[in-house]
Amino acid sequence: MPKIYEVEPVTRLEGHGGLILKVSDDGKKVLDAQFNVTTTRFFEKFVEGRFMEHVPRITPRICGICPIPHHIAPTKAVEDAWNVKIPPAAFKVRELLLQAKQYSSHLLHFYALAAPDFIYGPFADPAKRNVVSILKDLPAEGKMALEMMEYGQALCAAIGGKSVHPIVSIPGGLKNPFSEEHRDFFLKDWERQVEYTKKTVEIALKVVTDYWDVVANVGVVPTWYLGVAKEDGTHDIHDGMLSICNPEGKIKRYKPQKYLEVIGEHVTSHNYGTHTFIKEVGYPEGVYQTGPLGMINVAERMNTPLADAALKEMRDKIGTNPIHNVFAFHWARIIETVAAIENIGNLLKDPDIVSTDIKTMDVEPIAGRGVGMVEAPRGTLIYDLTSDEKGICRKANLLVATNHNLGGIDKLVTHVAKQIIEQDALKSIKLPDPWVK
Amino acid sequence: MAKLKTAIVLGATCAGCDVAILDLNEKIFEVDDLCEFVFWPTAMDFKIDDLLALEDGEVDIGIYHGAIRTSEDLEMAEILRKKAKVVVAFGACANFGGIPSLDNLPYDQSLFDLVYEQVPSMDNPQGTVPLEIIELKSGDELTLPKMLKDAGALNSVIDVDYYVPGCPPMVPLIEKVVDVLKKFSETGTLPPKGTVIAGEGTLCEECGREKPEQISYHAFFSPQETKKIDPDKCLIPQGIICMGPATRSGCGALCTKMNVGCRGCMGPTVKVKDHGLKMISALTSLLEVDTEEGMTEEQLEKIVQRIPDPLGTFYRFTYGSSLISKLHSDKEDK
Repeated sequence: MPKIYEVEPVTRLEGHGGLILKVSDDGKKVLDAQFNVTTTRFFEKFVEGRFMEHVPRITPRICGICPIPHHIAPTKAVEDAWNVKIPPAAFKVRELLLQAKQYSSHLLHFYALAAPDFIYGPFADPAKRNVVSILKDLPAEGKMALEMMEYGQALCAAIGGKSVHPIVSIPGGLKNPFSEEHRDFFLKDWERQVEYTKKTVEIALKVVTDYWDVVANVGVVPTWYLGVAKEDGTHDIHDGMLSICNPEGKIKRYKPQKYLEVIGEHVTSHNYGTHTFIKEVGYPEGVYQTGPLGMINVAERMNTPLADAALKEMRDKIGTNPIHNVFAFHWARIIETVAAIENIGNLLKDPDIVSTDIKTMDVEPIAGRGVGMVEAPRGTLIYDLTSDEKGICRKANLLVATNHNLGGIDKLVTHVAKQIIEQDALKSIKLPDPWVK
Repeated sequence: MAKLKTAIVLGATCAGCDVAILDLNEKIFEVDDLCEFVFWPTAMDFKIDDLLALEDGEVDIGIYHGAIRTSEDLEMAEILRKKAKVVVAFGACANFGGIPSLDNLPYDQSLFDLVYEQVPSMDNPQGTVPLEIIELKSGDELTLPKMLKDAGALNSVIDVDYYVPGCPPMVPLIEKVVDVLKKFSETGTLPPKGTVIAGEGTLCEECGREKPEQISYHAFFSPQETKKIDPDKCLIPQGIICMGPATRSGCGALCTKMNVGCRGCMGPTVKVKDHGLKMISALTSLLEVDTEEGMTEEQLEKIVQRIPDPLGTFYRFTYGSSLISKLHSDKEDK
């Protein structure tokens, strides 16, 4: 009789997930491991019948941690459906908004969701493993982390109107310009944020060094990867090509509108979330991962100097391309954080950023279908919206980070469970002394 | 003073409510001084068994965010009610059903058929759907929570003591909650049961835009159609649909400050039973009051046509607890 272990709920996660592990009756063999999404809310159905321009005001509720990409991606889909071109300044302000979210979300992920495991060690008392403990035990780093997250969130609010669930993006551009007063305020604090980011890189590198045995040997599972990058391979979270990378590192890029040629959606009976897969390989061989590691693996380079140097350092150290080490996700996330603060600086210094020419009046609803794609902090978002001639949304297909990641997570969890249960990896893995005991 | 044992439980939610709490930034230390968290899946590692292991009534403050969408949401709400002395519905979803309750609209097509069969990226020749019970060859069972027929507000399934609306509740409101907790911790006194921790009046009172003595409008415009909006004048006469007149204050008027019409995430004001109906009746009475009699049927029709989605416009956050949703639901049952 196999034994079934359940983790309910999976914590430090934005959403509902459970983990199920099936082990043979003698406890020596892993039969299966699944990460299951235990609920869904049917956004694809209830955006039908809504005004197209209001879809971007509804879908941010898919994820309260990354509402901004869920605000911009549908706006781009509406613009694609209606053939709308936006002014260059609007493009830049949207990019600043996305980078601000990327910055705050990646830092929240690193400091509040992931760091408790590294700071206290994975076997510390669960009651200790959380952000509140870190704030108390490492007050200097904790304060810095709070100030960084606050900077990103405040910048999101200054542009988006609200930090959670923004309201600024409309077909044709933006409802409001970014004010000079705000620009000056965020520019003034920018250099300090760069210093903080450098400090964060040091912390992350210490984590990598301390946990090198884990990074190098736990959960090293070849999969496909999916992300967004410019046609020439430059990392781009805002407006790139749908890019996939096979386990050997061969990259292909497609226009987002071609996503149906690239991705299929698979349903399992144990999960409300559907698993996407690479169509040319099929399911389950074509499961993939997205998010920071996916982005790094489909990119040739970062678009800013510090981040690009950090990417080279990572590739040199790990020694493979693509990188299949699941614990390198955190490292990739920090590289993207560096890119975010550098891009924020470049955009704040661009005179166009306070332009009032942020909206075209040349917007007319037409019957049509459009695709909008951006990269959210935890993966690629693809919005496929169909408008009728009155501008009402008639059909929607949304592929979000969770869909892309589920198949890859199942594969990883199974692999790690085998490492621990069948190969007794916990005995051989070298773990550092916790920073805080 | 012992800390208040606090549990945060999630229903059908986006976790934006959790982010709103973390957006307190340095003030989070004040929360930590006041509260000992015993359950908070988004931020902490306690499991359901940890919550179940507590005595009934041992939790001082139970906060629930998200709608009731699945059997698990319902069970967790019931567990929280049992364990907590005080239950707070936090955010628009827990207060009114929120955006997830747009699920409850009277659709012809089943939700499962769409998302597990008919979306264009689907590759599901066997017609697999998520199952509540999966029987394994070994005889074991795996389960998924049951998807309930509708998404609803927290008080449709348990008794709720306090309400904090908003999508998500804004930091000033959360600070108000912190003040309430402080007072409770120091003096043991709480506001009257049923209190909505938000403003009393309408959003209009908070918005600060100048309102003409008699608001009227002659047409409505989409956000992409409006060129210049006067930042000091009421949005409705400028042709922007704004739920302000029917909506509770307390959010800081963040949307109208951005020249964007309110969609009512704070829910209705006291005594209003149906948020959307209240707004529709307000708008009808404001329709070009001076010239209505002189308006042709065609002109009227034109204005009405500009609102082809009344449910998504007037019930965006409150459909799940609206009178009209009950009518729809009764009809379906028949």
